Amino acid sequence: MRGRDWLGLGSLYYLLLAGFLYLPILLLLIFSFNDSESLRFPLDGFTLRWYETLLDAGELLDSAKNSLIVGLASSLAATVLGTMAAIAIMRFDFPGKGAFLAVSALPLVIPSVVIGVALLILFRQLIDLELSLWTVGLGHVVINIPVVMLIVAARLAGFPDNLEEAAMDLGTSYWAAQWRVTLPMSLPALISAFLTAFTTSFDEYAMSVFIIGTDATLPVYMYSQLRFPRRLPVIVALGAIIMISSIVIIILAERLRRVGQVPVTIEE
Amino acid sequence: MLEHRSRVAILITPSVLFLVVLFLLPLGIMAVFSFRTGTFGPDRDIFTLDHYRSFFSNTAFLRLLWRSAVISFWVSIYTVILAYPLAHFLAFRAGDLRITLLTIIIVPAWVSYLLRVLSWKIILGSGGALASFLNWAGLVEGGTPLLLYSSNAVVITLVYVWIPFVALPIFAALERIDPSLLEAATDLGCSRVEAFLRVTLPLSLPGVVAGFLFVFIPTVGEYVTPALVGGPQGIMFGNIIWDQFLKALNWPLGSLMSLAMLLVVLIPLFIFSRFVRFSELAGL
Repeated sequence: MRGRDWLGLGSLYYLLLAGFLYLPILLLLIFSFNDSESLRFPLDGFTLRWYETLLDAGELLDSAKNSLIVGLASSLAATVLGTMAAIAIMRFDFPGKGAFLAVSALPLVIPSVVIGVALLILFRQLIDLELSLWTVGLGHVVINIPVVMLIVAARLAGFPDNLEEAAMDLGTSYWAAQWRVTLPMSLPALISAFLTAFTTSFDEYAMSVFIIGTDATLPVYMYSQLRFPRRLPVIVALGAIIMISSIVIIILAERLRRVGQVPVTIEE
Repeated sequence: MLEHRSRVAILITPSVLFLVVLFLLPLGIMAVFSFRTGTFGPDRDIFTLDHYRSFFSNTAFLRLLWRSAVISFWVSIYTVILAYPLAHFLAFRAGDLRITLLTIIIVPAWVSYLLRVLSWKIILGSGGALASFLNWAGLVEGGTPLLLYSSNAVVITLVYVWIPFVALPIFAALERIDPSLLEAATDLGCSRVEAFLRVTLPLSLPGVVAGFLFVFIPTVGEYVTPALVGGPQGIMFGNIIWDQFLKALNWPLGSLMSLAMLLVVLIPLFIFSRFVRFSELAGL
């Protein structure tokens, strides 16, 4: 059954759908080079001025920098925490494991708006914490822990734990065995998890907007600029840059994730 | 065994702390907050059922919640219907290239969500890309129908956004099907259509359910897409939650609305959870 069938309806359908998925992205790219403030056909000739405007858009660059900082820090934290949790659930049985798995999966399935407002109440009403990039970063760690856990757990399922046992039989401590055997063997998944978490954080708007202070992240800034039609081409140019870079990052993450990965089944 | 325990404790405690303090606790506080009278000042410390009364007596709120669920339902249905043949093609017909072809489909899913919605705002606008293109190409004379600012625009945009995410779990479920089962079905006299209906489709249902929920759940809480392309007729429940927290500053009522939304999300999740492997939600 698994033969190739390039001339069938299936491939035609694939092409149509792929076209549907890429057309809007392509359109943004085209308009980012279009020499007109209004985004409509016919095109008005080629320009780089929107990209040039980007270079001295101070607030925009600041927000990009903020997003970079929040993204790197929160993804790093989520990767460390999620990896530790993944090792625990894949290599040990312990009381409350089922409950932990259920709770840790919830951030994946609860609408971001609900997580956002719940965190807002926590920060502003319970502990009276000033909203800042820190609060946004904490929120991003919460939504990224499950993502990291799943990616790393899939990799851990791909090799047995007898390698680390061998290392321990040869006299290494448990933690040294993790550090020198388990982590290096999971490295592709760790990097993939980090990149996935980073992309999620870099793009997060729906939750972040509730818990952000005066310093905006890039999506929050971009959204605030959508009210000004004249600024749209600049946003589109910025969007084109982000799209291209995120496509590169994601293809990289995707390749790393598939190194030695098997589907994850977690024994409860 | 004590060693085991301390290892587990060290490995899992940080995540547990994070999830308890920054996830479970906030949801709990939100539930408590829905009973408070006001957001700030002395009002905050008076508990009341007023918000519950006004929420359940205000049919506009309930209608909007219902309509949001209906929009999400249709978005999920359309997305699954569009993604299924794609996943089927990738799993059974694409041969060695299937991972590459799948990646090509997934990549747009990770391109900035805000930008993909924005691109549809540009496409569907009255003087926008689609309308001006049709005019310019001579396909449509004069005025073009205004697609922007309607619930149709919301549905189109959300379907576009979610197709790749749904294709993944369906693909994973189809991939797990042992091809010899299909051979057996045809050997026993099933036609290809019958084999599909009686073997492939039932075996792929977990993936379909996972895909459906994966769209339905976040879409119920959607407010960015309705705000950008939906207009007044296209707003969803998420938009009024946003209003309560950032504009009207009625956090207790907003908390109650969030709880109501949580209920709408969690009920189907509980019903279907035995069919769904969470790993598939992350596209693994």
